[in-house]
Amino acid sequence: MALIDTINPLLTTGWAKGDAGWSLKDYEARGGYAQLKRILASKMSQDEVIAEVKKSALRGRGGAGFPAGLKWSFMPKAAPEKYVVCNTDEGEPGTFKDRDLLRYDPHSTIEGMIIAAYAVGAKRGYNYIHGEIFDIYQRFEEALDQARAAGYLGDRILGSDFSFDLFAHHGWGAYICGEETGLLESIEGKKGQPRYKPPFPANFGLYGKPTTINNTETFAAIPFIMSMGGEAYLNLGKPNNGGTKLFSVSGHVNRPGNYEVPMGTPFAKLLEMAGGMRGGRKLKAVIPGGSSAPVLPADVMMECTMDYDSIAKAGSMLGSGAVIVMDETVCMVKALERLSYFYFEESCGQCTPCREGSGWLYRVVHRIEHGEGRPEDLDLLNRVTDNMMGKTICALADAAAFPVRSFIKHFRSEFEYHIEHKKCLVDPEVQRVGSGFFKAGAA
Amino acid sequence: MNKQYDMLSPEALGKIDREVAKYPADQKQSAVMAALVIAQDEKGWLPKETIAAVAGYLGMPPMAAYEVASFYNMYDLHPVGKYKLTVCTNLPCALSGGVHAADYVKGRLGIDFNETTPDGKFTLKEGECMGACGDAPVLLVNNKRMCSFMLPEAIDKLLAECN
Amino acid sequence: MLEIEIDGKTLQVEDGSTVIEAAHKLGTYIPHFCYHKKLSIAANCRMCLVQVEKAPKPMPACATLVTNGMKVFTHSDQAVKAQKAVMEFLLINHPLDCPICDQGGECQLQDLAVGYGESDSKYEEEKRVVPDKDLGPLVSTDMTRCINCTRCIRFTAEIAGFMELGQSFRGEHAEVMPFIGKTVDTELSGNIIDLCPVGALTSKPFRFSARTWELSRRKSVSPHDGLGSNLIVQTKNDRVMRVLPLENEDINECWLTDKERFSYQGLNSTERLTRPMVKQGGAWKEVDWNVALDYASHALRDVAKTHGSAAIGGLLSPHATLEELYLAQKLLRGLGSENIDFRLRQSDFSVDGKRKGTPWLGMKIADISRLDRVLVVGSFLRKDHPLIAQRLRQSAKRGAEISILHGADDDLLIKLAARAIVAPSQLPAVLAQVVKAVCAIKGVAADTAVAGVTVSAEAQAIARSLASGSNTGILLGNFAQQHPQAATLQALAGQLAVALGGKFGFLGEAANSVGGYVAKAVPRAGGLNAAAMLKEPRQAYVVLGAELELDCADGAQALATLTKAAAVVVLSPFKSQAMLDYAAVLLPVSPFSETSGTFVNTEGRVQSFYAAAKPLGETRPAWKVLRVLGNLLGVAGFEFNSSEDVRAEALGGTPDFVSGLDNGLDGVALNLGASANGFERLADVPLHFADPLVRRAAALQQTRDAAAPAALMNAAMLAKLGLAAGDRTRVGAGGTATAVLTAQLDAGLPDSVVRVAAAHTDTVALGAMCSVLTVEKV
Ligand SMILES: Cc1cc2nc3c(=O)[nH]c(=O)nc-3n(C[C@H](O)[C@H](O)[C@H](O)COP(=O)(O)O)c2cc1C
Ligand code: SF4
Ligand code: FES
Repeated sequence: MALIDTINPLLTTGWAKGDAGWSLKDYEARGGYAQLKRILASKMSQDEVIAEVKKSALRGRGGAGFPAGLKWSFMPKAAPEKYVVCNTDEGEPGTFKDRDLLRYDPHSTIEGMIIAAYAVGAKRGYNYIHGEIFDIYQRFEEALDQARAAGYLGDRILGSDFSFDLFAHHGWGAYICGEETGLLESIEGKKGQPRYKPPFPANFGLYGKPTTINNTETFAAIPFIMSMGGEAYLNLGKPNNGGTKLFSVSGHVNRPGNYEVPMGTPFAKLLEMAGGMRGGRKLKAVIPGGSSAPVLPADVMMECTMDYDSIAKAGSMLGSGAVIVMDETVCMVKALERLSYFYFEESCGQCTPCREGSGWLYRVVHRIEHGEGRPEDLDLLNRVTDNMMGKTICALADAAAFPVRSFIKHFRSEFEYHIEHKKCLVDPEVQRVGSGFFKAGAA
Repeated sequence: MNKQYDMLSPEALGKIDREVAKYPADQKQSAVMAALVIAQDEKGWLPKETIAAVAGYLGMPPMAAYEVASFYNMYDLHPVGKYKLTVCTNLPCALSGGVHAADYVKGRLGIDFNETTPDGKFTLKEGECMGACGDAPVLLVNNKRMCSFMLPEAIDKLLAECN
Repeated sequence: MLEIEIDGKTLQVEDGSTVIEAAHKLGTYIPHFCYHKKLSIAANCRMCLVQVEKAPKPMPACATLVTNGMKVFTHSDQAVKAQKAVMEFLLINHPLDCPICDQGGECQLQDLAVGYGESDSKYEEEKRVVPDKDLGPLVSTDMTRCINCTRCIRFTAEIAGFMELGQSFRGEHAEVMPFIGKTVDTELSGNIIDLCPVGALTSKPFRFSARTWELSRRKSVSPHDGLGSNLIVQTKNDRVMRVLPLENEDINECWLTDKERFSYQGLNSTERLTRPMVKQGGAWKEVDWNVALDYASHALRDVAKTHGSAAIGGLLSPHATLEELYLAQKLLRGLGSENIDFRLRQSDFSVDGKRKGTPWLGMKIADISRLDRVLVVGSFLRKDHPLIAQRLRQSAKRGAEISILHGADDDLLIKLAARAIVAPSQLPAVLAQVVKAVCAIKGVAADTAVAGVTVSAEAQAIARSLASGSNTGILLGNFAQQHPQAATLQALAGQLAVALGGKFGFLGEAANSVGGYVAKAVPRAGGLNAAAMLKEPRQAYVVLGAELELDCADGAQALATLTKAAAVVVLSPFKSQAMLDYAAVLLPVSPFSETSGTFVNTEGRVQSFYAAAKPLGETRPAWKVLRVLGNLLGVAGFEFNSSEDVRAEALGGTPDFVSGLDNGLDGVALNLGASANGFERLADVPLHFADPLVRRAAALQQTRDAAAPAALMNAAMLAKLGLAAGDRTRVGAGGTATAVLTAQLDAGLPDSVVRVAAAHTDTVALGAMCSVLTVEKV
């Protein structure tokens, strides 16, 4: 199912025909590849392209929100061998926007990558695609063939002296490969264990060569920015939060799905677009930026607008734009147990605090959930997270810690109830109904 | 002279060659993930000899290939049923029935996670986020086929189709 | 240069230095596990976290590059809190089994836990258990203790050159292991025991045999190859229990080969000779020392009297100490014999009398690492000189170009720039081609003798690589020294070095390959060399420390000759059946661990050592035995009170390096030879058969490197002979001498070459190392 409802569609304009509108012809009919042609024909300089992206205040859509134009400008000019890499690993629980971007409109990402390659002087690129969406990987390969056949990829693109080729690489089930250096290791045919930084990919990236790596949505926005101009794009959103953003809304809403809205749209509006709360139940909590982002209670969330700054002010992160909506049928201990299990299973295992700490966290939360909690456990959990955060190679340890800290912070009484009464505050039957799996009354 | 990678079919080796061609000439190892998938598709799972064969074909130490095969979730280092069903139970999916869907499949097949039905037809796995949370519950068949909105009737239908 | 301040102390360091390196220069200790100065940086243990001014988070000292003006605090609250946090994480899944752990007392985790750990762990969940792995006969595992620092993995991949270990699975399930069903087979495997900061990898032969604090330690020097690795020998009750490396950056760095580390097991072998023995009426009798010495001196004196002094020959092991070699030659010369030699595996002695000095490496060992172009000629490099191969491996990674000219294409685990793999008989001719090609590139005149050769593509490639460098070295391996045209190879290497403005030298085969010359244990004019002494049988032989059937160029001939001799006096730490057959008297002398002595290594460095243990049984240091024999035989100048006295006389002082080292030759005519007819034998001396001590080291004898010799051929040869790998074949060397061996494929061998190892009882019958063989299916 394609998108239902958007405000100011840009990235999602091509989604209207659903699975029928993804091919090169459709993309060209929508004005696709016009920007690439314009840049090559007008011999726009690399710096001019980068300047336009800088003006747009486009911030990386993969999670950290780093300004894309600035990142591009870090690429050493003289290096003979450089790469552009797209991060479609999309493993952050709650996130499913990049999949739909490649499913309904793969060419906008391809064009964005070609323009990026032009701007940073790369001759080769890879798109790393989450292993579980193999059909999307196959579609992307098909799209690449189309682009190659049309002369958008390969030697001397469209008769210019710019050459660039692009390939797809699939993952095979490892969340950590979303971390950019884990991803690069994975393309190199190794375990996806992140690298210590510095050096950053712009100096030492794929095969040790300078590399620009961005999220799919970041690249997909590029043709639109080039088309409307950086300033106009910025003005769609808020200062320092340029443009529109895709939000993957999941959980207890009537119409889970991706919604493209301008940065700064109120959360309440987004919730409304997603059909409101399922069964009309009460909102309890929201994880606004993918499972690694701290959870926010309903009242705090309802006051937020959907942009980096507002969410950060509320004590969480916009992250990947995955909005996980939870209603009152959710047991917060059980919810946290599942998330902690995820980080425990997905820790790559190299850093001591993450390898050992993620298991410790999970086991303690598991105990609490199973009625074996102890009064001192909540302080212990906080202490363990404190010992993990900021002490590892990549941010997975922090990602494992944030949910624990925020769940305890905002829902402490629910954890205490669990520990004291050895059972859940939320009636199990209520929890069961919440998922909507069982028809009312069915066993 | 028998090369150890003769155990892979010419078609499989041809596919691997196409993957190798995506990377710089001195970076054959980059194709190991794809090559292991191709080998797994052909053999059903990845016995150590197959992993060694892939490593030999790509000119990398067998241990380096084993590291890869054991690091990523979807490589099967043990035999699996004809249909490997992986159900996502991560939180976003669970909110919309992911765990219940898994329970339902368990009940239908009479097996738990990481078990195979006695007839060797089904293996059930617990999955992590598949990047499809809006379609929950989601279930993956043999790593490559994503099934969305897997409510009871949809699961019944899928199981009936598998033969 | 950058300035850094660590805990208030300032220091200048080079660009590119890490914080931990700077701290070490200041003598500031930063706790760490995964960091090791010889390995790549992993930054995974996180133990080295320190506070860096202006950084929001603690930084790993091992991976953080120094920036100018950086201020680091290793003991601030932030740093200590981080270090304690990491220590707690490291311990939660670590078994607290220190009392039964072999690492106890020398465990980095144990030591640091005392300094950085909290006394009570808050971890009350179930602990992880990790299955142990079979890494082979040398390294034992307790993987539950592993802290995943990955040092062992990086060692195999980076230092040993092949990734035999890896970390499988991920997160808490991560396990260090070899590929399923494989063991760790590198000849350097024991180093992972030293590298492991906990008790996960321990020595299998040492396991549970002693607690580390019960051991006495003595510095010593390896008695095996010419490198002269520095050792720490550990004993308990005068028994050697363990051997560890003593770090010496100029020699072995911080490494040891498995041979050097585990050969001590041979010291405790049941074949040790512990009482003097004499053969009377064909029967062996254990006797007192004075009886045995009387017997020996009488036997030698009788032969000298009846047959003349020239009827006596001395065959001395190149693994004997300088003092032993010196006294042995002095004794023989005192008896009037010039038949003295320690070069037992050599077959071409034509440079004797034409040498300008003592043959040696031609450079310092550490200089090898600075060469930018290297040609290795005639060497089973990785097995003959594992630590020199290791140095070249690192050089190659830094961009040095390494080439090889040899008879076998064994994987050196070094990226080679060029190679020529040719039949043994072709080595001189191909080296001549390289000389010619280099002279052409350099525009210098070539020796007329090489002008006629046609340069092959391989030789050209080697020449091109060599000529493109600015600091070249030509290294002649054991095989080149054992070669029937060794003199030509030496002369050509010399010409090549001159044309390149580089260096050349020999990779010393044995601990005293240089020391033997210094001790004058070689014949002067009129004397017979080792080969000649066996070819032209003598009436009496003095054999020191060697098992001649295995340690000679032609073991079969040695056996035949010795068996016929009237009196063979053997000084040896071991007895063997062959010795019992040919000897008249067996004198038990100390192995290196039970005597003081000196080895002069391949770079000419004088390395003396003391006994680490008391001599076993009635064993006596050989220098003392030789002194008494000298006295009994009335030879002048045998009034030594200590081995130091002997050394002072032999060296004329106490130099750190011997003088007179020179690989130059005067007036050697090149002999480029012709191709041999038939199948040429290519004989390696497998590393664990190479000397009497290692042959008796039980665990080493179970390694892959100690596999029984086979008949190795390339695929075309196997096909031509109608053989399949695994077939039994009869290998003949002319006459009735045959050996039945298993045929095996070695794809890198040249046509017409059959590789059959020497130094093994299975192949003694085949005689000379260089010969023509017949091969037929059994
Ligand atoms: C544990 C972890 C997982 C991540 N997963 C993803 C991911 O699935 N997709 C993504 O685009 N970025 C992910 N990131 C962020 C990337 O490291 C990186 O910042 C991003 O790809 C940069 O692109 P951008 O600047 O366009 O956002 C992850 C980071 C961490 C630490
Ligand atoms: S923090 Fe965790 S996931 Fe990230 S590199 Fe370290 S061990 Fe791997
Ligand atoms: S949580 Fe299940 S697909 Fe994302």
